[in-house]
Amino acid sequence: MTTSRNKPDEAAALSLTDQEAMATGNRPPSWLASAGTKKFGITVLGWTVALLIFFPIFWMVLTGFKTEAAAIADPSLIFSPTLESYQAVHDRTGYARFAINSVVVAFGSTLLALLIAIPSAYSMAFLPTKRTKGTLLWMLSTKMLPPVGVLVPIYLLFRDVGLLDTRTGLIIVYTLMNLPIVVWMLYTFFKDMPKDILEAGRMDGASTFQEVFFLLLPLTLPGIASTGLLSVILSWNEAFWSLNLTSSNAAPLTAYIASFSSPEGLFWAKLSAASTMAIAPILVFGWLTQKQMVRGLTFGAVK
Amino acid sequence: MNKTRASGRTVGGLRTLSLQAPAVTLLLLWMVIPLGMTLWFSFQRYNLLMPGMTGFAGLENYQYLFSDPALWAAMGNTLQLVGWVLAITVVGGTLLAVLFQQEFAGRGIARVLAISPFFVMPTVSALVWKNMMMHPSNGVLSWVAETFGFQAVDWFSSLPLTSIVIIVAWQWLPFALLILLTAMQSLDEDQVEAARMDGAGPVAIFFFITLPHLKRAISVVIMIEMIFLLTIFAEIFVTTSGGPGLATTNLAYLIYIRALLDFDVGTASAGGVIAIILANIVAIFLVRMVAKNLED
Repeated sequence: MTTSRNKPDEAAALSLTDQEAMATGNRPPSWLASAGTKKFGITVLGWTVALLIFFPIFWMVLTGFKTEAAAIADPSLIFSPTLESYQAVHDRTGYARFAINSVVVAFGSTLLALLIAIPSAYSMAFLPTKRTKGTLLWMLSTKMLPPVGVLVPIYLLFRDVGLLDTRTGLIIVYTLMNLPIVVWMLYTFFKDMPKDILEAGRMDGASTFQEVFFLLLPLTLPGIASTGLLSVILSWNEAFWSLNLTSSNAAPLTAYIASFSSPEGLFWAKLSAASTMAIAPILVFGWLTQKQMVRGLTFGAVK
Repeated sequence: MNKTRASGRTVGGLRTLSLQAPAVTLLLLWMVIPLGMTLWFSFQRYNLLMPGMTGFAGLENYQYLFSDPALWAAMGNTLQLVGWVLAITVVGGTLLAVLFQQEFAGRGIARVLAISPFFVMPTVSALVWKNMMMHPSNGVLSWVAETFGFQAVDWFSSLPLTSIVIIVAWQWLPFALLILLTAMQSLDEDQVEAARMDGAGPVAIFFFITLPHLKRAISVVIMIEMIFLLTIFAEIFVTTSGGPGLATTNLAYLIYIRALLDFDVGTASAGGVIAIILANIVAIFLVRMVAKNLED
């Protein structure tokens, strides 16, 4: 009810002068029509919705600083914060080992994907042929292959060549998983770059190698960085392959957190502490790249 | 280098080929080999627990799979999961995009908070919801219910699929919001202004200007979500393990059970083929739409 009532005011709030004109004009004067109330209503609604959506994350961070007993007690914002769960997670479950796996796998696969994708995206953006569009779309279509459809062969292949439960194995899978998105995103960034600059460099006698390393890469660095960040985020949060292809040695944080699904004794505070550490860096990356990320996530279909 | 440039087109093509070769070759291998193997296994008698039993099975695996009530239960659950999550995230995402498009104090921060769940790894979302939110006696939701005098709900035993839907929708609502907010930014303010001058109310503006403008972005959201939602796995793995009974077993989880718990490679592969076909039906539309966009 509040929502539908606020709507007129939300729309009108966009332009204050217009809004004032309307408040005195063709609308019944009521408490709703005042610009201040309207704005206040939207602010309250906006913040309420945002806080509700964010609440589970907030609650998790909070619980991480509680004792196990306080974690299962009636919800309360007042408690004496402690780091004992962080300590316990660190000492007893070897959090660091899994975190290292996550870092190695996420950054390793991202670097590899960028290395393979940059030449490809470069040629698609600057040396397009008749087949370029088809190739791009085909790459996109490989991304549509459901992982569960190829679970059996990948598992058996990995078992036979000894890649099960290795970081190398996960890096290979994640690189290939993200390669289409990385190529696609780089392609859109490269395409936005003015061709004249590369042309000028070529006139001055730059080789392809120099052209790419001294002109293209520095100029498109922000785009490459956000592409890399998206790839890191997707690899870091990937939980199908990590759960199925690793068990202990190479298990990244997604798989480690899953081990809390069959716990012994009280574990909420420890789960929260471990989860907070696992998601914090990625949450920050996500906040930083949210705008550019839309390009990669929708393959340029929404700008 | 100079020599190659003189002969133009073919050499350019060669250069393109060599630059694209690594990416194209790797993706081709990544697609063709496992796909071919899945297809091959799906026609084989192949169970890791019965090494003696091998050979061509014809359509036996498919017959076995289609006569298995578990498949139909899993298909039903997959459909419900995808349908409900889509409904919640698309409708909710659109409304939230309209809300967060309005100017208000601290809008930037509110937006960031609202899209955050998308960056939380699925195992964390699922376990935080299952334990701290939905626990029948100590969870926040039961505390809220009891505070207001209602009976607490034992989410995962009485409403298992609904619980999964809630968790997955919480993760994907921010995705829809993020994409639709971006699409909203290209909405022509003058057009809205003109409509308002002509006396259009906010509801009319929403239905006749905002919604048509968002049409394409909404279909992109639907298709991308469908592809990912068809194979939701981790959320089920860490909360219900597909149970109670088959109540939360979707197609992805069923294939996992057949493959890695029953070691029935043949049947699991047949299931994989079905998953691939389903995903491709959606993918065709998405690829077409992106292709159209490339031309503009």
